[in-house]
Amino acid sequence: MSKLADELYRERLKRVTDAIELRVPDRVPVSTPFGYFPAKYCGILAHDAFYDYPKWKQAYKKTVIDYEPDMFRLVTNESGQVLEAVISKQTLWPGHGVPETSAQQFVEGEYMTADEYDMFLNNRADFIIRHYLPRVYGLFEPLANLPPLNTQTGVIPYHLLATPEFSNLLTTLVTASKQTMKWRAETGTFAAEMDELGYPSYGGFAGLAPFDMISDNFRGMRGAMLDMYRNPDKLLEACDILLQQQAQMIKALNIPGKTKIGFIPLHRGADGFMSGKQFETFYWPTLKQHINNVIDAGITPCVFFEGDYTSRLEYLLELPKGKVLGQFDSSDIVKVKDVLKNHMCIMGNVPPSLLQTGSTEDVKDYCKWLIDVVGKDGGFIMSPRSAIDEVKPENLKMMFDITKEYGVYN
Amino acid sequence: MSGELTKALADLQEDEAIKLVNQWLEDGKDPNEILVEARDGMETVGKRFGDGEYFLPELIFSAEIFKELTEILKPKMQGEVKQKKLGKVIVGTVAGDIHDIGKDIVVFMLDISGYEVTDLGVDVPPAKFVESIKETGASVVALSGFLTLAFDAMKETVEAISAAGLRDKVKIMIGGGQIDEEIRKHAGADAYGRDAMAGVTMAKEWI
Repeated sequence: MSKLADELYRERLKRVTDAIELRVPDRVPVSTPFGYFPAKYCGILAHDAFYDYPKWKQAYKKTVIDYEPDMFRLVTNESGQVLEAVISKQTLWPGHGVPETSAQQFVEGEYMTADEYDMFLNNRADFIIRHYLPRVYGLFEPLANLPPLNTQTGVIPYHLLATPEFSNLLTTLVTASKQTMKWRAETGTFAAEMDELGYPSYGGFAGLAPFDMISDNFRGMRGAMLDMYRNPDKLLEACDILLQQQAQMIKALNIPGKTKIGFIPLHRGADGFMSGKQFETFYWPTLKQHINNVIDAGITPCVFFEGDYTSRLEYLLELPKGKVLGQFDSSDIVKVKDVLKNHMCIMGNVPPSLLQTGSTEDVKDYCKWLIDVVGKDGGFIMSPRSAIDEVKPENLKMMFDITKEYGVYN
Repeated sequence: MSGELTKALADLQEDEAIKLVNQWLEDGKDPNEILVEARDGMETVGKRFGDGEYFLPELIFSAEIFKELTEILKPKMQGEVKQKKLGKVIVGTVAGDIHDIGKDIVVFMLDISGYEVTDLGVDVPPAKFVESIKETGASVVALSGFLTLAFDAMKETVEAISAAGLRDKVKIMIGGGQIDEEIRKHAGADAYGRDAMAGVTMAKEWI
């Protein structure tokens, strides 16, 4: 690390850390999730993020260096080749279900039926291997033909493994695993490389709200919400189990980069999705415990409160003070500041609509207003409120420039 | 019939609602009238959603109960009595975006508010909206989108409707995720609605 880069890194990290720990920094830090913006900015494709990592990395690096963020969110995808090989049903990625220019999208579905809760709760390995995996990965379809795992005595089922379907599964899996490890070796060092250049990043996955895991990955939102009425006890038990499982995962978590800020995106807990009572019953208790577990593991959770959380703000006071970074989307940001000042650092909430279709003057005015209102007395990081894949480069530049100029604390 | 079924459905009493329907069919009541009473229950659900008393779990559960009741009633019905509809609305998530939650809520709310809704689904290309306007003669189009790519997709959809010479035949509303007034201007739509209730209010004004 050159001396200058090292100094800049420490300066930026201190600015961000001061904000998170509710001290007043030298100025308002400015951060962004770049997402697929580097594709637009450098004239390459979102597709490259999945198929040509060196090219993608170069574009991403150029983008970061040009904008000089105090921190940026770094997300690395799986290899497109591997997604193809395992026939991922839960992902549409550039060139596969969405255009080569578009971001990937998640395909939610009912991958577990309501009457499979008992299996999930009592015989989970069998459920995951013989029922769940064949539904979410085409490659694993043959696993559905395995006999129940608890009937096995330890004899290798050669007669099954010798069939063409299983042989294909095994050989494809070996190739895909090797490809993945190679891909991870390439992608896994990017955060450290950017650290070296002086740019702190965050974004390592730090788990989900247990309710969201059920809703996203197993029952689908429709199923999970029906369960609130038809199977509330089983739903709660499943949330508890996933909380425990994630607690194990967190202990082994390796967040890339030096900031040790992990990302927790929330999906179904927002205002409008469920009532306050339902939030308090099915969503918040296990989410709160999960966030505390992440903190106990030495990781600073960056919780993305996607959508509107205005009516839930009081709950957030139950989280430890100065330990959580809250990224806010369409919540009433004035109210957010009002409730959470002196308790949680607020990151947000420049609208992508403004960055994509507004003028630089519009962006300037909004950011100045944010600095005045939400930036007051620290505890604030300037950032877009959500994805910025298609924004105008000059508007994004304005967000950075005006924050650096106008956001200085006296 | 005394509104018992309306109440059971509105209060999401699944077992009670099914019991009532079976009982009434046994008693020889007209399945069409039973269905009307069930629909009234759905209307109450929509009203409670609008008032912030109900949320998505209640919409989903009520629709599930209603479906069960319809399945019991349908085989007993001698031709369904068509409800008089208030007007036609086309709803869809714009091209490139596969998110359906917001769109589905709007469809649900418009439907129980008495509109004839054509749901084009997700990732709907502009040409399909145009085609659907021609086919149905709908006077309102509702564009949904969650991702930021929807900003331009909405604009392109409105442009395609204009290019087909249909712009003055329809009112266009937009909504979803990151959509706001800024995007309404960008897309050239007539109105932006923050939630499904706003969508119903606009439809009422327009039709």
